[in-house]
Amino acid sequence: MSVHTLGRLPLAYQPAGTFGTDPWWLVVLKAVGIFVFLVVMTLLAIWWERRVVARMQHRIGPNRVGPQGLLQSLADGIKLALKEDIVPRAADKVVFVLAPVLAAVPAFMAYAVMPFGPQVSIFGHRTMLQLTDLPVAVLYVIAVTSIGVYGIVLAGWSSGSTYPLLGALRSSAQVISYEIAMGLSFVAVFLFAGSMSTSQIVNQQTNLWFAIPLLPSFLIYATAMVGETNRAPFDLPEAEGELVGGFHTEYSSLKFALFFLAEYINMVTVSTLATTLFLGGWRAPWPLSLVGVDPAHPEGLLNTGWWPVLWFIAKINIFIFVFIWLRGTLPRLRYDQFMRIGWKILIPVSLLWILAVAAIRALTLDITLDRRTLFVWVGGVLAVVFVVSLAWDTLAERRGAAGAQDVPAAGFDPMAGGYPVPPLPGQSLPAYADLAVSPVSARAGSAEPDGTRDPVEGDDA
Amino acid sequence: MNAAVTVVFALLGVLAVGSALLVVTTRQVVHAALWLVVALGAVAGCYLLLRAEFVAWVQVLVYVGAVVVLLLFALMLTKAPIGVSEDLDAGLAQRVVAAMVALATGALLVTVLVDGFSGEVIDQGATGGAPAIGASVFRSWVLPFEVLSVLLLAALVGAIVLSRRDVPGAGAADSVAGGR
Amino acid sequence: MRRVNVYAPILVLGLLSTGFAVVSVVAGSLTGPKRYNRARLDAYECGIEPTPQPVGGGRFPVKYYLTAMLFIIFDIEIIFLYPWAVAFDSLGLFGLVEMVLFIVTVFVAYAYVWRRGGLDWD
Repeated sequence: MSVHTLGRLPLAYQPAGTFGTDPWWLVVLKAVGIFVFLVVMTLLAIWWERRVVARMQHRIGPNRVGPQGLLQSLADGIKLALKEDIVPRAADKVVFVLAPVLAAVPAFMAYAVMPFGPQVSIFGHRTMLQLTDLPVAVLYVIAVTSIGVYGIVLAGWSSGSTYPLLGALRSSAQVISYEIAMGLSFVAVFLFAGSMSTSQIVNQQTNLWFAIPLLPSFLIYATAMVGETNRAPFDLPEAEGELVGGFHTEYSSLKFALFFLAEYINMVTVSTLATTLFLGGWRAPWPLSLVGVDPAHPEGLLNTGWWPVLWFIAKINIFIFVFIWLRGTLPRLRYDQFMRIGWKILIPVSLLWILAVAAIRALTLDITLDRRTLFVWVGGVLAVVFVVSLAWDTLAERRGAAGAQDVPAAGFDPMAGGYPVPPLPGQSLPAYADLAVSPVSARAGSAEPDGTRDPVEGDDA
Repeated sequence: MNAAVTVVFALLGVLAVGSALLVVTTRQVVHAALWLVVALGAVAGCYLLLRAEFVAWVQVLVYVGAVVVLLLFALMLTKAPIGVSEDLDAGLAQRVVAAMVALATGALLVTVLVDGFSGEVIDQGATGGAPAIGASVFRSWVLPFEVLSVLLLAALVGAIVLSRRDVPGAGAADSVAGGR
Repeated sequence: MRRVNVYAPILVLGLLSTGFAVVSVVAGSLTGPKRYNRARLDAYECGIEPTPQPVGGGRFPVKYYLTAMLFIIFDIEIIFLYPWAVAFDSLGLFGLVEMVLFIVTVFVAYAYVWRRGGLDWD
């Protein structure tokens, strides 16, 4: 009856390759390697972000410290270490110190199961280019990263200050909202790979990267990962105009640096997860993967040895570039728009897509139908539906804004709480009700939130 | 289980019970939530040592990553004060009753577990991994699984009803300050 | 003992990163200057005098709580979807029917929340 009497598992479920057999020195070497990799990636990503955004804005960007300004982030880190470490008087001291540690440690730990490459030889020892792998590796990653939310919530609360508390609430609500969409987008991958082990998932993509048959999953994941990492255009927790710095407003010195580090490592982690689950992991892109393929070497030259590390890092950096590109291009969303995308579009679309994938898979399990073609078609159609629904939503938003005049002006109290307060768009001062400007012309040039509501579903909102 | 695993298991058990005690004795409400995280994490470690890998990470994901976050949200929405809350302590009579209820519950659970599983030996080869759980849930335990979805439905409806704004006199449940 | 060994590297990485984080936090308080300034230790509110916070007052929108609750419910749905997905090929059509039933029931709840405005932020 109990779970453990159910016997052996299907082979595909176990990690591909040998794990848990490395000698201690190699384990420590790999762990240090991952640590250094993440820190260096962070320093480089910050530099790259500043340079790329500068180029997009016709500026030069940091170019003084080191060649091309490469050491700028390092210099910034040292500068932060020399700043005063402030602990506000109203803070809960223990939790205030604990929060940055809680943000940084899970960020590092999530990387333990990421596959950098296939089996290689390190000092004459055959080993996988991956710290370790678990049969439930992807679950491990999302479980560990979900602990990172504590860093945010506790930082905001323990500061004993208003802005950080607001920022922390927004930030964590945002992270947990997009975690659902993210978790759902993995289901189709597990269906295909029959495993949650990262090495096995990469192995299953030898012939076809999952991004192609599972395009909707990939798009949902790509959207969710931007929301999950609080990056532009979803960087609402850091909306400077509203919240100062967000949850880490009260932090300074190296504690602040740890939050910064955790944020960028999370960016690298979600990019790596996207690479591993959807873009073939460390596998060489298509034409290159054919180099040196012969019956003796079915994998080809560029998929063996240390080459894959190159593809792996290149793919991650493409994602990071997209992150930067989004930041350089798109304006920030409003909170209600952001939540609508997460809860009303991503979640239902991914649930439907999971059922579609499962249905196709169940129906073709016995029949030797060309499943791949079927998937590409269905996936294409769903991707179109996804994009159309996004566009429709934007249009509905515009239409809603146009019809916003009839928002009731009731309930506005010009002396709410004993202080004079200005009316929001859609509200008007009682004495000047007939003179009030219509909300549409009032908000023509601004991105102020208004009383917009969808006429269809706004029954009691 | 070999000796080392048994020792670690015992240590995790002590950690779980110790931090659970701190949850109910600390006078700082947010610290109580944090000790709860430690207790739940230690239980996850126990699952891991019992080869229930999938359940262990689900424990972390759902209990540590979601349930306690919900708790913390509730504390923040009511602006949990920093520092000691004096009203967090109960009277002596309440303490005695609470301790007795806790002991009774513990005794009941231990009896049931010992009665049901005392002879069980964990198969070192098989794992409590996802396919095993999947096969078990979707073959042997179909009905409880479907009933669970109804439970989730009830929970959601409850959540909505709690936060309704169109009920007369429920305006107090709505926002007062601090953003939209 | 193969299986515990799989977790040993995770432990090593965890210790390494915890050590780094703790050292950074401690170092930050040692390397920086320390000049007492009363205003610096106040809550930061863009330079103005911090507004006194009312005790037990100034609450937040209950929406946040609702979001966390929705999160738990969908999290539970996800943890059932994972083993189902991994074991799907051996479950076949029966597994699909079961999951359709489950998802439809949760979807009813979801539709109810949507209808009641639980997903709106305005």
